Amino acid sequence: MGTKCDRCDNEATVHALRRIDGHWVERHLCESCASTEGVDIPTGGGPVIVELSKPVVTVAATQPPTASAAPPGPPAPAMGRLPVCINCKTSFNDFKQQGMLGCPECYRCFEAFLGPMIERAQEGGVAHVGKTPKRLLSGAPASPTSVHASIEPAEIQRRLALAAEQNAVRVKALQRQLDQAIAAEQYEQAAKLRDEMRRLANPAAEGESPRHV
Amino acid sequence: MSDSAAPRPSGEPGSGQKPGQAPLFDAMTEWLRAEGDCADVVMSSRVRLARNIAGHKFGTRGSRHERQNTLETCRDCVLNAGIATRFIWCDVHDASPLDRTLLVERHLISKQLSKGRASQSGAGEDPRGVAIGLPDERLSIMVNEEDHLRLQLIRSGLALTSAWRQLDEIDDRIEAGVDYAYSPRFGYLTACPTNVGTGLRMSVMLHLPGLRLTREIDKVKRAAADMSLAVRGFYGEGSDAVGDLFQLSNQTTLGKTEAQILDDMERQIVPRIVEYERISRRELLSQRRIGVEDHVMRAWGLLSNARLLGTEEAMQALSLVRLGVLLGIIKDKSAQNLDVRHINQLLLVIQPAHLQRAVGKDLDQEQRKVARATLVRTRIAAIG
Repeated sequence: MGTKCDRCDNEATVHALRRIDGHWVERHLCESCASTEGVDIPTGGGPVIVELSKPVVTVAATQPPTASAAPPGPPAPAMGRLPVCINCKTSFNDFKQQGMLGCPECYRCFEAFLGPMIERAQEGGVAHVGKTPKRLLSGAPASPTSVHASIEPAEIQRRLALAAEQNAVRVKALQRQLDQAIAAEQYEQAAKLRDEMRRLANPAAEGESPRHV
Repeated sequence: MSDSAAPRPSGEPGSGQKPGQAPLFDAMTEWLRAEGDCADVVMSSRVRLARNIAGHKFGTRGSRHERQNTLETCRDCVLNAGIATRFIWCDVHDASPLDRTLLVERHLISKQLSKGRASQSGAGEDPRGVAIGLPDERLSIMVNEEDHLRLQLIRSGLALTSAWRQLDEIDDRIEAGVDYAYSPRFGYLTACPTNVGTGLRMSVMLHLPGLRLTREIDKVKRAAADMSLAVRGFYGEGSDAVGDLFQLSNQTTLGKTEAQILDDMERQIVPRIVEYERISRRELLSQRRIGVEDHVMRAWGLLSNARLLGTEEAMQALSLVRLGVLLGIIKDKSAQNLDVRHINQLLLVIQPAHLQRAVGKDLDQEQRKVARATLVRTRIAAIG
């Protein structure tokens, strides 16, 4: 199998190159994720290399790159672009300099860039497989002391969709860990992971066993 | 602590409570109890969760008004969540420097929360606070540190499982009142991506004099680094390992469940280090008895007789005396009632802010050395 997609476990068939803050950034995506990120995929078979022309997130235009900063090889784009959070206006460059994000929304806006960085920092951890906020799963309104006293039906739908997405992400991450455990002949660990995947596949049985160790 | 030499509150820091209402500094601090599994080596276990409120900016981006709003939201939610029979709330930005240091020395707040950062508008310090569960100070919840909420639970000895279960429940109760910032892919969202996912750090405070004296400590440090664990000193990030005290914690927070992190720490890693330390202590007794007795008794002599004592010097001597008590080396008549709990308490009261609170006035470094030596001598005499 070739290079894995930066966002999921599929094989990357779209190889994109962008200029971010004066640096070239490679993106390796499967067709589905490329489509999610707004990358145009030329028709025709085989892997394709495209230069991202569309911003992945809301962006602010920056100064055109200088010729000296451009590496040899691919031609420089006409205009460099820098992702900026749509909510708090933190730029990805701010994050790189300070090591701190500006708000929770930054994770969504910088997801394409943060994903690989986080994976390196977290020893290969790509997705959350731990605890989920209870209200997110149940869609239940908060207690009377909540700062969000009532929840609209649309919000409940959003939360249910989020929970389903959460489950899918967890199953995928567990499958990856399971493959690694089997390859390393760690069968006890593999059995635990398989149990966890079964539990996720059948949430109704969750109450039958303790949630924690 | 009923001892008259114990630090007494002159009023709770920034809490608006009257002196004596909340005897924070007379309380028997949980991590000093010297009880629980492996308490000969593991002083305490700590579990910490990083949480943020959905829709609120993180610290670096929020205006003073927004930070104040976050503080009030978090404070109201924490104090109304029914998670402790008694809480003390402290507005850290209004607290005196001495009170802030006291809280750091008791491991109730981080150095970062104590120092804070200047407000962007120049209108005073960044608003931040801490809620402390009384009477045992097991639970503390920092607000507006690096993340909006930092929930911490400390237990004596090796007790990560019970600490996690308790903090997990507390987390659920708080979450019933606010929406946490969360994403299906990244889990609990934190200001720094190194905490994202579970937002969970589990740590143990280990007393490892045997491994130091047998020169095996560097091997343990290297092994810990290989297992992606952080090794820090007595006061966490950026502090030195004085008094043979080392804080060991997980660094990976994404891609593992809380149960996996717990299992790694409590069942795989820590028991091995504990065993390694115990073997070193037995080796010292069987092969280098006179040498280790000499180390311990010199330290005992220093604490019993010195007229000037620095903090690190005192901590190092207390470490050896702690080892001596555990190995049955100190047989001095004046020390027959001395136990590990007394040593743990001394470790706290010799710290600069606690010392000044005990004396009741500000002291410079030289004055503190005199006061520290006097306090230790008095306490030792009282125990005997």
